[in-house]
Amino acid sequence: MSGSDVSRDGVEGARPGRDALTGAHAGRRRGRGRGERAVVPDAEFSSYYGEPVLNRPTWKALDIAGYLFCGGLAGASSLLAAGADATARPVLARTAKLGAAGAISVSLAALVHDLGRPARFLNMLRVVKPTSPMSLGSWLLAGYAPLTVAAAAADVTGRYRVVGAAATAGAAALGPVVATYTAVLISDTAVPSWHEGHRELPFVFAGSAATAAAGLALAGAPAGQTGPARRAAVLGAALELGAFRLMKRRMGLAAEPYETGRPHGLLRTAEVLTAGGAALAACAGRRRSRVLGAVAGTALLAGSAALRFGVFHAGVASAEDPKYTVVPQRERLAARSRPGGAEGGRP
Amino acid sequence: MTDDTAARAAGSTGAPPRVGFFTDTSVCIGCKACEVACKEWNAIPEDGLELTGMSYDNTQGLGASTWRHVAFVEQRKPLGGQEPGVGHGNHEDHEDIDVFAAARGLGAPPGSPLAPDGRTELRWLMSSDVCKHCTRAACLDVCPTGSLFRTEFGTVVVQEDVCNGCGYCVPACPYGVIDQRPGDGRAWKCTLCYDRLGVGMEPACAKSCPTDSIQFGPLEELRERAAARVARLHAAGVTDARLYGADPEDGVGGDGAFFLLLDEPEVYGLPPDPVVTTRDLPAMWRHAAAAAVSLTALAAVCFAGRPR
Ligand code: SF4
Repeated sequence: MSGSDVSRDGVEGARPGRDALTGAHAGRRRGRGRGERAVVPDAEFSSYYGEPVLNRPTWKALDIAGYLFCGGLAGASSLLAAGADATARPVLARTAKLGAAGAISVSLAALVHDLGRPARFLNMLRVVKPTSPMSLGSWLLAGYAPLTVAAAAADVTGRYRVVGAAATAGAAALGPVVATYTAVLISDTAVPSWHEGHRELPFVFAGSAATAAAGLALAGAPAGQTGPARRAAVLGAALELGAFRLMKRRMGLAAEPYETGRPHGLLRTAEVLTAGGAALAACAGRRRSRVLGAVAGTALLAGSAALRFGVFHAGVASAEDPKYTVVPQRERLAARSRPGGAEGGRP
Repeated sequence: MTDDTAARAAGSTGAPPRVGFFTDTSVCIGCKACEVACKEWNAIPEDGLELTGMSYDNTQGLGASTWRHVAFVEQRKPLGGQEPGVGHGNHEDHEDIDVFAAARGLGAPPGSPLAPDGRTELRWLMSSDVCKHCTRAACLDVCPTGSLFRTEFGTVVVQEDVCNGCGYCVPACPYGVIDQRPGDGRAWKCTLCYDRLGVGMEPACAKSCPTDSIQFGPLEELRERAAARVARLHAAGVTDARLYGADPEDGVGGDGAFFLLLDEPEVYGLPPDPVVTTRDLPAMWRHAAAAAVSLTALAAVCFAGRPR
């Protein structure tokens, strides 16, 4: 009856009554609610019915990408706040302090909201675990968030200035770590497009944090005080875009998810908004234009957010396709067996 | 070997020997008794009834409510020795059967028609997958609450009364084992029947396996048995046979649950060279620290420039 052959390379001939492919390099099944993606000239690899090797991250995009964005915005804002205080730029200082306190509150809310059991969020502080970036991050935020709130409160009320100054300094010391540790958080997973970027991603996030904080400052402070923010926008954009390029160049096949589908769209948008926003910010400085500054600031904020969502979705896409797990690991094995000559299956 | 150090490093003193599974897929008949026994014993809820068209596999993969998963792979390839009860060297009641002679008879030359309708031979690979109870377990490393812990048996278990459902273990596991249960929110996976081990019983899946494809025991003993089994299969001409996860030098420090496979791991949906993600954690922190310093320097430069 059946004229089909099931071989290691798939199926040859007609297969009446069934359409499931078997064996090596079987077609990709409709994944859990995921649209079909065009397949670029593929590396040869085997998989189990095209099923992913990894389990898809269960994190919700809005919560976790939002958390990455808000953490960066808050951390770099704390630096701007301290600098503004030191150089007598009161409106810039207040904008940055309020921004840091607001953003870190939103990010904490997002983190708790993403928990499967939000009522148990305090379990995060049950242990201190150096091997868990989320554990260290929780302790970091537990120290950092109150400092930003104290700094903002002292600024707004104009009371307890000494406490406010100390809190501002403390927040500025922790802020850069808050902005970059989130890169470790997502790199410390088996997700290929996150893990393979673990060297450059902290720099991408540092740059993105600087542009976001600069954007908020540009939108909220008069042009006369935003000189440092404009410079931060330009330098941050250069750091972000440069480190991102380098990351994609170095990570091999795992860079592909950043260059296809929805993540690609988001990251293109991020690039245009960040570069455009930084250029506008530079112009706004020359023209002393508040409106231009606000437009630049909005673009920078949106660009930073788009970058975080792009990175998030690229990671999820890389976990959903067995190719990104299997092919690099195969190459690693092949490279290892080459000099030693221990070819073939392990004993 | 230093298998006990896993439990000892976690603070268990006078611990029993590390235990695990050796899943010999060459004798798996795909009956799914293990899947059923696991669900029954651990009272795991139903997680979807659908026909996938993936051979006889409608379970699809491991997850929060699937702790054993039997994979079915169909290949056009001569098989070798997929005989129930093939001796492991310790089953005296089978000693008188020359299974290898029988196995040789099974493998028709490739391409030779077996059936009058012209169909050629089909090799059916079946393998019961499970949590690997890694020596260096990423899920355990990244768990921020301490809910995941190493037991005195060297296994990796979630304490469900502590888990707050942060979901970090899910993308951390290099094998795609642990998952968050929808509606419940917490992470679940194989416990290697921690409750049964405590009273000296073997895990439900191993107990139910009719062909002894799933073998439970002290890990060192299992590794010896597995090595002998591979040698016998190779001698019988089943050159595809290989161990997976048995090497304590691999990227996860060896698996507490390891396998004898008849093809490349990825054919069964297993990663060919898994590495515990926290191996690179020191490098990650170093780069993050450098990035944090760069960000501070960047801000300093911005303020140090011209006034205003
Ligand atoms: S296989 Fe995955 S879930 Fe099981 S111990 Fe290893 S990392 Fe944890």
